[in-house]
Amino acid sequence: MSVIAAPKARRRVFLPQWATLPVILGGAILLFWIVVGITIPLWSPYEPTMLAGMRFQPPNAEHWLGTDALGRDVLTRTLYGVRHSLPIAAMVIVCAVLIGCTLGAIAGFVGGIVDSVIMRLVDVTLSFPPILLAMAVTAALGPGLGNAAIAMVIVWWPIYARLMRAQVLSVREREHVEAAVAAGATRPRVLVKHILPLCWSPIIVNATMDFGQVVLLVASLSFIGLGAAPPTPEWGQMISDGALHFYRWWIAAGPGIAILSIVLGFNFLGDGLRDFLDPRSK
Amino acid sequence: MTAPLLEIRDLSVSFAGRHGEAFEAVSGVDLTVSAGELHGVVGESGSGKSVTMLAVMGLLSPGARLSGSIKLDGRELVGLSDRQMRKVRGVRIGYIFQDPMTALNPLLTIGDQIAEAVRIHRPQVSRAQSRARAVELLQLVAIPMPEKRATQYPHEFSGGMRQRAVIAMAMANEPDLLIADEPTTALDVTIQAQIMELLEKLRQDRGVGIVLVTHDLGVVAGAARSLSIMYSGRVVERGLVDDVFAAPHHPYTKGLLGSLPQPDARVERLRAIPGAPPPISARPAGCAFHPRCGYAIDICRAERPVLRQVGATTVACHRAEEVAAGQAEEMSVHDA
Repeated sequence: MSVIAAPKARRRVFLPQWATLPVILGGAILLFWIVVGITIPLWSPYEPTMLAGMRFQPPNAEHWLGTDALGRDVLTRTLYGVRHSLPIAAMVIVCAVLIGCTLGAIAGFVGGIVDSVIMRLVDVTLSFPPILLAMAVTAALGPGLGNAAIAMVIVWWPIYARLMRAQVLSVREREHVEAAVAAGATRPRVLVKHILPLCWSPIIVNATMDFGQVVLLVASLSFIGLGAAPPTPEWGQMISDGALHFYRWWIAAGPGIAILSIVLGFNFLGDGLRDFLDPRSK
Repeated sequence: MTAPLLEIRDLSVSFAGRHGEAFEAVSGVDLTVSAGELHGVVGESGSGKSVTMLAVMGLLSPGARLSGSIKLDGRELVGLSDRQMRKVRGVRIGYIFQDPMTALNPLLTIGDQIAEAVRIHRPQVSRAQSRARAVELLQLVAIPMPEKRATQYPHEFSGGMRQRAVIAMAMANEPDLLIADEPTTALDVTIQAQIMELLEKLRQDRGVGIVLVTHDLGVVAGAARSLSIMYSGRVVERGLVDDVFAAPHHPYTKGLLGSLPQPDARVERLRAIPGAPPPISARPAGCAFHPRCGYAIDICRAERPVLRQVGATTVACHRAEEVAAGQAEEMSVHDA
């Protein structure tokens, strides 16, 4: 009988291996936001653009996070904000992963001139500070959440291209890949069946972490007026409103805490996933 | 004697160095394997044996330059397009890799991998049929409970079992020739014997020709009928295993045999061949083995010996006759 082993064994009974504290914490935060995002129209006492009461009320029983310069309920607007941030972040990440991984996989697998062209494009894109490039592209396309999303895909795909290329380069040297070629498999088949399935772990971890970053960048673009236009209840937009009334701290506090919690949630989740999916990259 | 299944004539493979110079990894190799024959190719690391086999499969890196002829059943393989080569790989020639730990895709079940090897070449075979074929193949390589094993992943297999699975994959399309590149190197001795037994059984029952690449003379002695000894990119001696082992005509062969432990003889210390093989970039003139050879005389340093028939074996040595006669006294000069 080992006394030391006992607590470990007991924990295993209740939780699967991936359910570490960061994963549970991050998952809970994100689950909260997703549930809120889907169900809020059903139970919210106010509309996000409704003039719900007196302007500039500090937090009170009726308006838990107070009201803003137009008398709209800050808490309602904050909670509605997730309906803009999360779907856009998801869209940006999905597009960036699809484009980046496709190009990265082609670069790594085909090599030669194709590789050079794609990777130089990546280098050029990554040489700009992300926020600056996103600003420039959004400004060129015209302000708006949709254009901001396009700009962010342009900023983000090279990260995945680079990551995927490195993965493909390392996996393609494995002997089972050569074995598949020796068995007569065609090149596309080798790539799809024997290389790509082994490449996903770091992509998934990175995408989870980047989710939070994208939420932040959407807010940043809106903050400087390039993203959501008023009266959309978007977090960056709301913080920018709040910045005009510096001593009415509650106007910016709601969306600020929202951004903080969602970024934290994704980072926790990504961190926990990495420990499980990709233990060597720590 | 039947027509040769695999006939390699004067095969040379060279790779371009960093500054455009060519390194010849394989020079003028001849090799003949008949149907249903097990032929051993023996040599140290870097002797060119693996490069020769990869050349047969058309798996050399794009930078490699290749000359000579490789014929399978009389059909020239050198110069075939990649598309044509794919109909040879896995169909006519099965390849068994050295390390079964890494030669299997960790994310596919054993059954799926074998079924895939079937479906690559016969897409019309249904999923269920190819699965059944996979189980049949696992049975062929003597894996117990093949139905259950087919649904397991490589990490659930032991090393010997994985090598059996790799062999099953190589056999998926009933090839005429199996190339086994050091199939037992990564396995321990008892498992080695089982794998060799399995290859021998496949040779007998299915009539496949087998090229067994190895650096282990013991493995060849037990299994092969004929063998080629390679040194520094060339075949230095070849013949039937019994003849070569009874009367080696090349000092290198002799040295290899001398370095084997003999169970019935009491030897204080195994005899090693002095020195190390020359690097590919700095092969000596004349016979590549002369710096390590106790028989070396002036002609060995100046002129490269060609393969010729001496006694029962074919050998590339100027002094093959003396070597066979057993004048080994000079070998000891280097021992100190």
